[in-house]
Formats: sequence, structure tokens, C-alpha cells
Amino acid sequence: MKLFWLFVSSCCCLVFLSLGVDAVELNYQLVPRQLSSDTYVFVGKTEDFSFENGGNIVNTAFVMTSAGVVVIDTGSSLRYGEQMRQAIAKITDKPIVQVINTHHHPDHFFGNQAFKDVKIAALPTAIEDMEREGGAFSDNMYRMTGDWMRGTEPLAATEKLTADSLNVGDHKFKLLVLQGHSHADLALLDEKTGVLFAGDLVFYNRTPTTPHADIAKWLDALKQLEQLKFTYLVVGHGEVLQDKRAIVQTREYLQWLDQSLKASAESGKDMAEVLQTPIPEKFAKMPLVNFEFSRSVVHLYPALELAVLKPAS
Amino acid sequence: MWRIYRLGLMALLPMNVLAIPVDPLNSVQWTTMYNRFLKDYPVQFDSRVQVLAPEQAENSMQVPLAVKVEGLQTIEEILIFADFNPLPKVLTFYPQQALPFIGFRIKLQQASPIRAAVRTADGWHVGGKWVDAAGGGCTLPSAARNSGVWESQLGQVQGRIWQQPSAQRVRFRVIHPMDTGLASGIPKFHLEEINLQDATGKTLAQIKPAEPVSENPIFSIEFPKNLPLPTLHISGRDNNANKIKAELIP
Repeated sequence: MKLFWLFVSSCCCLVFLSLGVDAVELNYQLVPRQLSSDTYVFVGKTEDFSFENGGNIVNTAFVMTSAGVVVIDTGSSLRYGEQMRQAIAKITDKPIVQVINTHHHPDHFFGNQAFKDVKIAALPTAIEDMEREGGAFSDNMYRMTGDWMRGTEPLAATEKLTADSLNVGDHKFKLLVLQGHSHADLALLDEKTGVLFAGDLVFYNRTPTTPHADIAKWLDALKQLEQLKFTYLVVGHGEVLQDKRAIVQTREYLQWLDQSLKASAESGKDMAEVLQTPIPEKFAKMPLVNFEFSRSVVHLYPALELAVLKPAS
Repeated sequence: MWRIYRLGLMALLPMNVLAIPVDPLNSVQWTTMYNRFLKDYPVQFDSRVQVLAPEQAENSMQVPLAVKVEGLQTIEEILIFADFNPLPKVLTFYPQQALPFIGFRIKLQQASPIRAAVRTADGWHVGGKWVDAAGGGCTLPSAARNSGVWESQLGQVQGRIWQQPSAQRVRFRVIHPMDTGLASGIPKFHLEEINLQDATGKTLAQIKPAEPVSENPIFSIEFPKNLPLPTLHISGRDNNANKIKAELIP
């Protein structure tokens, strides 16, 4: 009897294993969009991580300099990094000489393994966060995207960016050390092409995410970005635009989020009641707004509700 | 012996199946929950018992939850449980002078229905909602266990009373790690009883939290507008007999 069940369960295992390997071709279909003679972006979907998109929900980019290629963010998995590298090789035969991670979230650095022969740089705090939280991110990404993650292990950046600019060949990148979306957000302005890479400080037509957010600092960061002159703004999630619409939209959403949560706390609402807050019409069509709002309540409300309570006597 | 027992079971089975209402949330744990918590009184699913919770738990250690009851009279108790938690019982609320409303946060071990059963003179009225969760909420150590500062603040209370148009809203937080006993090497350590009393010592409402209530719990409850509430006394104890005692002034 026991043997029979052993047999049945091993058959099941075999069936599942072979399904995993053969049933789907795990191809992100990465096609770069050219912004300037030297600059390309891979624009991801404005969705949450899923088994269907495999984590291709993020914008990554590369810049061709006279000294080689600079890669900005590496996507959500080893597979994404590998496929990104293949797509870059179709555009240029120059070597990749520098990888930069804008911050510590998994969709921006889990492709690092595919570039482990290259210098990978990030802000010092972002590197610490990658090392500390990479494991938990990885569990979550396997749960949400499954087989797309196969072989992926978090590989933190190793080179600390501490200067205010970075020269690679004929390109000079101004480095803006900001925070608010995470504890350390790097924005890069390519002074040769005028392309601004804002990482997740800016979203467009995709609701901003807040698991490590500090809204006041984030709004400060947006103020600084808004003062820059740029030709293109490469946001972390959403379409690439040539104007400031994305900054305005991100700021307006964050301001509404902050004000409505503070008002809820001030009026004594329980967190479960805050989840019922109606979304203003101007944000109602932003993809994932209901989902991200309910996540943000859990991230941000505990500090706000505590701030309005008084010590009991 | 087994045969006799089994015969007995078979005789009982059809009757039991008839008595248990069909679960609108379609949970395989429903019969177990019914037998464990509800079987002594008639049970009906009732849309007047509302459970507010997210579709998906963003943080399995802190899942927001509120229970609102409208249109049911003479409520004896409100029992909250989560079918798939290793410790399903979450909390019992005896509203007494309070309105039938309570909000707080819970730990969820995995996706589960969260249910509120409201007992009145004619039995249990049950409402509920499925909440999806990545898991681990009950078997992870509390955040305080990692920070180590909780001991000096254990039992401290913060709170506030709001005069709202339709009710007097009370929110209060108690510093407590609320350890479930399921995290490796950390024994069960949680608040067991919280009494809300007026200045004369009369109990206005009672909350009996169980292990799944989140760390440093923050409760929301309501009293009717016409209840004089010059001060609200909060007292209680945990399962290690540590006492809490505090007073809120509007």
C-alpha cells in the first residue's frame, strides 16, 4: 500500500517537473526603446509581479559610452538579467563596463547575477539594505513569479557610490543622492544626453509603492528632480516621457495619500476602516490603485495613528 | 469498541450535517470551527455582521480587522476566529455598554476566512471574509523580541477618546509582545483580559484577546453618545499575571 502511494506521488512529481520545464518558454521579450543615440530603455508592464509577467514590471536602461556600456538596474531575476544582456548585445558589441542599481528593491537588482563579471555600484545604504533584505525579497519573488526566478539568488552591489558624479568614457552622470521611496534612492542625470534616470522616485500611470517610503522625504526628492532640465525622464515604473507630468502625478498622489491618512488618524479611524477610503477620481484609473492604497495603509498608518494617541495616566 | 463508536458516529452524522448551515465562504475548516466554537446555539450566516479586512494581507503579522454589527439587539458576545490559523480563536468581545464594533489587527498564518460570530438571544449570527496571506504570522517572533526594548514598557497604555457625531470612539494601545508560543524558543505570552470601566468601577465592556492578536495591540471601540464618560479606566492582565492599569480622559 505504502509503495503504491510512493509510486503515485513520484509519478505526480515527474509530471509537475516536466510541466515546469516544457510547458512555457520563459521569455520576457525585452525590446529596447531608443531615447538618444546612446540611450535605450526596456519599459516594463505597469502590473504587480505575477506568474504571467515573471516580474517584467520595471524599467531598466543602458547607455553606450566610448568606454563601454553602463547598465542602470538589472530587473527582477537572473533570467531577466541574462535576457537583458542578450538584448544589449544585439544593439552593440561594446563590453558592459558598469552596472548601477538605483535602490535596493528586488525588481531593480535581482538581475545582478547576470553581470557578476562587471563592477556593480549602488549607494552605500542601498547596498546594506540589499544584503539585509535580499533573502526575504527572494522568498516573496519565488512565491509571486515562480519558475521565472529559477537560479536567482540576491547579489548585492559591491561598489559604493559616494561621489556626486560618475564619469564613464565620454559620459558624465550627475549622481543625486535622494531618499523617500526607499532609504537610499539614486537618480542619475546623463549630462551628455540630458536623460534623467529617476528610479522609483517617479512613477507614471502606475500607482507608487510605499513599503519603505518616507513621504515627506519623497516629496523633497521630487522637488529636487523637478528643478532639473532633462530631455527624457526614465521613471521606475511607467511610460518614459519628455516632460514633468510623471513628477506632478507622483507628487499629487503622494500628497493625497499623506493627507488622507493623516486626516483618518486625526479622526480616530481604525486601520480596517481606513482601507475603505474612496479613491479620488483623478487617481481612480491609475493601475493597481486600490491594491497599492491598501498596502500603503498598512505601511504608513501605524506611525500616523500612534502620533495622535496620548500616554494614559 | 471502535465498531460501536463508529456506529454511533454514523447515527449522529446525518443529524449533524443537517444542523450545520452551508458555509458561504466554502472553507473546509467550517465544520471543525462550528463544532469547536458554535455548536451549543443555533447558527445563521447574517449580512448584518460585517467583517472589514483587506483582500490580501500586506503584513501577515499586522492584518487590519474590524467587526461592525448593525441591527442586532442584546448582544452577549462577539467571537472572532480565523479558520486556518494554528490557533483559530482570535478574540472575544463582550460589548455590554459599548456599541457592537471593534477594530484591531491580527496575525495570520496563511490565507483564511476571518469570521465574527455574534451571539444574541436567538443564537449565533456569523459574518466573515477570506483574507489571502503569504503566511508566517503566527510562527514568527514578535518584532519586540528582536529589538529587546519591550520589557521596560510592558503594559504601558496610550489612547484617546473622540466625540464623534454618532458615538464616542475610543482607541487605545497596549505595549505587549503578544507571543503565540509557536515561534521557536519563545513561550506563549499574551494579554488575556482587558476591562473597560467607568469611574465607579462598573464594567462597561470586556475584551479577551487570544494569541493571534497582533503585537502592541491597538483597539478601536465605541460607546453610545448618551453614556457619561468623564474618565475611562482600562485594566487587565496577561497570561503571566502582569497587570495593566490606565486611565483615559477625553
